[in-house]
Amino acid sequence: MTEHGTPYVGRSLLRREDRRLLTGRGQFIADLELPRMLHAAFIRSPLAHARIRSVDLSRAAAAPGVALALSGVELARLLPPLPDTQLSLPSKWTSRVEHEFHNPQQPGLAHDKVRHVGEAVAVVVADSRYAAEDAAELVRLDLEPLPAVVSAEAALAADAPLIHEHLQTNLFGAFSMGKGDVAAAMAGAPHRLQRRFYHHRYAAMPMECRGVTALHDPRTDSITIWSATQVVHWVRREVAAILGIPEARVRCVALDVGGGFGLKGHVYPEDLVIPFLARRLGRPVRWIEDRHEHLQCSAHSRDQLHDVEVGFDDDGQILALRDKFIVDCGAWNPIGGGVPYNTAAHLTGPYKIDHLAVSARTAATNKVPNTAYRGAGRPEAVFAMERIIDLVAGSLGLEPAEVRRRNMICAEEMPYRPGILYRDGEPIVYDSGDYPGALQKALDAVGGVTVFRQRQQEARRQGRYLGLGIGFYVEGTGVGPFEGATVRIEGSGKVYVSSGASSQGQGMETIFAQIVADAWRVAPDDVIISFADTAGIASGSGTFASRSTVNVSAALHHANERLRQKAFAIAANLLECAAADLELRDGGIGVVGVPGAAVSLARVAHAARPGWDHGRPQGIEAGLEETYYWEPPTVTWSYAAHAAIVEVDREIGSVKIDKYAIAHDCGVVVNPLLVEGQIAGGTAQGLGGVLFEDIVYDREGQLLAGSLADYMVPTAGDMPEMVMVHQHSRSPLNPLGVKGVGEGGAVAPPAALANAIADALAPFRAEFNTTPIKPEQIAEAVRQAPPA
Amino acid sequence: MSEIREIRLTVNGKSYQGRCEPRKLLVDFVREDLGLTGTHIGCEHGICGACTILFNGEAARSCLMFAVQAEGAELLTVEGLAKGDEYHPLQQAFHEHHALQCGYCTPGMLIAALDFLATNPAPTEDEIREGISSVLCRCTGYVNIVKAVAAAAEVMRGARQPNPAND
Amino acid sequence: MKPAKFEYHAPASIDEALAILARYNGEARLLAGGQSLVPMMNFRLARPNAVVDLNRIEGLAYVEEEGEVVRIGSMTRQRRLEFDPLVAAKLPLLREALRWVGHLPTRSRGTIGGSIAHADPSAEIPMVLQALEGEVVARGPQGERRIPARELFHAALTTSLAPLEIITEVRFPAMPALAACAVEEFARRKGDFAIAAIAVVLLLDGERCTKARLATAGVGPTSVRLHDAEAVLEQKGLSEAAISEAADKAAAQVDPVADLNGSTEYRRHLTGVLTGRAIQKAIGPAA
Repeated sequence: MTEHGTPYVGRSLLRREDRRLLTGRGQFIADLELPRMLHAAFIRSPLAHARIRSVDLSRAAAAPGVALALSGVELARLLPPLPDTQLSLPSKWTSRVEHEFHNPQQPGLAHDKVRHVGEAVAVVVADSRYAAEDAAELVRLDLEPLPAVVSAEAALAADAPLIHEHLQTNLFGAFSMGKGDVAAAMAGAPHRLQRRFYHHRYAAMPMECRGVTALHDPRTDSITIWSATQVVHWVRREVAAILGIPEARVRCVALDVGGGFGLKGHVYPEDLVIPFLARRLGRPVRWIEDRHEHLQCSAHSRDQLHDVEVGFDDDGQILALRDKFIVDCGAWNPIGGGVPYNTAAHLTGPYKIDHLAVSARTAATNKVPNTAYRGAGRPEAVFAMERIIDLVAGSLGLEPAEVRRRNMICAEEMPYRPGILYRDGEPIVYDSGDYPGALQKALDAVGGVTVFRQRQQEARRQGRYLGLGIGFYVEGTGVGPFEGATVRIEGSGKVYVSSGASSQGQGMETIFAQIVADAWRVAPDDVIISFADTAGIASGSGTFASRSTVNVSAALHHANERLRQKAFAIAANLLECAAADLELRDGGIGVVGVPGAAVSLARVAHAARPGWDHGRPQGIEAGLEETYYWEPPTVTWSYAAHAAIVEVDREIGSVKIDKYAIAHDCGVVVNPLLVEGQIAGGTAQGLGGVLFEDIVYDREGQLLAGSLADYMVPTAGDMPEMVMVHQHSRSPLNPLGVKGVGEGGAVAPPAALANAIADALAPFRAEFNTTPIKPEQIAEAVRQAPPA
Repeated sequence: MSEIREIRLTVNGKSYQGRCEPRKLLVDFVREDLGLTGTHIGCEHGICGACTILFNGEAARSCLMFAVQAEGAELLTVEGLAKGDEYHPLQQAFHEHHALQCGYCTPGMLIAALDFLATNPAPTEDEIREGISSVLCRCTGYVNIVKAVAAAAEVMRGARQPNPAND
Repeated sequence: MKPAKFEYHAPASIDEALAILARYNGEARLLAGGQSLVPMMNFRLARPNAVVDLNRIEGLAYVEEEGEVVRIGSMTRQRRLEFDPLVAAKLPLLREALRWVGHLPTRSRGTIGGSIAHADPSAEIPMVLQALEGEVVARGPQGERRIPARELFHAALTTSLAPLEIITEVRFPAMPALAACAVEEFARRKGDFAIAAIAVVLLLDGERCTKARLATAGVGPTSVRLHDAEAVLEQKGLSEAAISEAADKAAAQVDPVADLNGSTEYRRHLTGVLTGRAIQKAIGPAA
């Protein structure tokens, strides 16, 4: 609370982390200098699929400045591979959803085969990155090329070359789910539509690539790992297991991380190899990924092909929905079934669809592994659903917004149970929200449908093509299994907080200081946020899946509550009153209604200490610290409507975004300024994905997008202004009433843009059912248009 | 001729000296030899702009220069923007408008914006968007960066006004 | 990605630079702005034994008028040209084209000579040299010679410069005061290389076009002049029909190379569209 009693939660406090970041005093992984540090460079496969005949390191090992050169064959003798899946699905899911999984275990360095261009086969360590790259060039790889598998469909064909022979299949996984009786409902539907939708391969492309630095301390035989990661506890767990060291002797820290977006959300082979090398060499070892490497070894995403069939009536009411989709997973599957199942679980979105059948297959291909990236399966689902609903509307001559309304779950129907499970194994409950309200707000923010249709008609008469497109999504946020928080009142009276969450730009040092400041009636500056360090808390999940605000705030709530009770007991002892007479105020605890009768938190902390002459009453144990692990009952549902008005240049095919509006609901908002920042950033990534970004492989599995010249991250000049309106449906699932916001922005734009472009070019009857949507395709669609 | 070269230069108003191979990129020299790690590396092929510094008063991508080219030059990096504890108006505006999230592109963005405003002190929103399109940001969607640059431009124009009291 | 080792020379004069080039017998690269060379070196796609840095040579950066010719030193930064009053007055086409060349920080270092010598098929400055019928002055072991634009660009990334020649100056005929000009470009993002670009210079006399010069970027291995389209405008004037015919001729003349950013057909199509638009834009204010 401020002095005036207004809470910090809900206010747009400026960020505490800004000072160091604005003045060049941030510390990213590449900024960490350790004495006698060595530098690693990986030797990466130039071929998509090949047997490794030999790796000759002799010239590399003898090159100037080289401390060590190591191949995959040697490493395989020393270290086991990564586990087969890092994000496991709980037994509540595995026991209820029909599935099969076959996931291989990726070694630190490839040793038998290479399975994608960019896969590491060897590493050299030298006294500079320059020297390491010189040495890396001297490694002689003898590879026996194998036919490359470059599409998911081809991977699943009967005669496809096997990528992991021991699995005897290229099927990494499959599942099916649904409800009702789709066959009957589809057969009985007055109308049916079938379409194929392809959501292409693109990637998070954070401005900071990955990086790992490790230091082995021989005195304690312990390892410290600094990694640009979102999951410090996972890294510690895997390094400990694979290097055979107790977790207590492994510490993982994430410093300032320059964007993660899911890409840095699992353990990579380099996270294992670098610590191993540091221990082996007895000197710190650093590896900083460069952009060229990044494109060919850091996770890609999306890349799903959907065959959708929908049955509907004359009013556009959707009666049945069937979706069979395939995921092009690349050569390994570290995240397992989580992302494809997200797709299935989010498919029906805000709509009431009683008969649903979804089946999914995840295929291995000779490409970079496909894992979670902002949206994590939801953009693909939303693309299919939002496109097909526009096609349903088009086939009936109805307004797409109207067809959405007719199918939408209304506010009065909340909480709503779609009758399917979330990936945590719990039945989905849309706990709160007003979907039609958000849709209307987004449309109003771009001027309204009626006004737009008039503009559109007028423009067409002038030979200009304007279009309106909607993208609506719901998002399960705050998924488990857990997140913890430790709160400690220290001798200075400041409140120390640690957690398994970590920031890659989300502003956690600010928002959690706001929450804790309110809880303890202190100033945010008196809250010490110390995340991203396994030394700070025993167990942690990490930051991904729009979960940290929800789960950490809930853990904090419970930890704070327990700690408050203890602090009150001690304060009551000091003030010789009843705990029930006390309140938190002004950085201390005082008797209600008696201004002078108070003790500072510092005094309480001092009194709480163990030892002689402490100030604790009988029965109160020493220490003023609580750790609470919050295990969320299930996810809580955010949602948003995106509305885009575009103008298409029919000759060139370029698209200009005239207006873009987002009506968004993430429940109670801790910091409105930061929430809007998350929405804007996500939206820009979604727009970049649909219009500019494209990871292209050729028939031989060669990656054609090898630099940022090819992979087009949108610039400021390419992105629109964004209008945001908010709804606030408080979550009933956590004490603060918050919902997750991190991913949402990226989920809807591909659908919104595809719909807008199709709407603009309706006179040409062009459909846009694949992404990316490039000017050439648009120009081509116009030229190929069937005569009116 | 590929042996180590001595380089003397001025960075943020201070004299520095270093020694390195001719092939050492200026951005690596600034970060490693001069210890100024505020300037970041995002691509090493001149697209992302994270490495943008002022080279003799003009924004340049320091990943596309060799350190030896900076002999006798004057550089400004992000560390040179603030005056002690006092933010440069651009830094202040970025802070107030939440124009940074992870902070990785921020040093390059600040320097690029500084140089852009030097060539166009009263830009329109479209001109700002074009003017900062030399630096890529993945976190903010640029919305707040544009607002911040506009706000800073206004402050910087105001600071340049002749003081009426002196007339 | 860090560049491979090289020997570094920073000569103080063109003659010294020529001598160094001769010593390395084709294994040395000239460093001008570095915006094209250094990325390739960082990828180790270019690994010259030596780099000859032209940036320390004095007297190679200037913008001067000599009669009806504008002379620009080859090492003049694109950024300087962007703001130069003589360029604005006498070479408005160059000024307009420079807006499309990369970004301000790349123009801080990029040079006019470097861009021409690099001869990227999608670059705007070679297109301007073609459209304005400019020429370069090159100095080599055999002395100095002038190479007009139409003889300079041979193939993608290849000029008719000899391996041991260095461009010292770029010369443009000053544009007549009443010349109408325009650049129309399509690039995926602002500052990217052109997928297709057309530069137009027209001399108008009432309804007639007494002289038309049109040049391309991005739609062939080199920038080319659109002679057939020029002829249509000069013979038939600037009616909608003539412009449309000129656009068709332009599309028919070019030989685009396909890549990730555009197929041959699309680039050909863009050539026609942008030609029409560029002509309209050029005559627009006068109309």
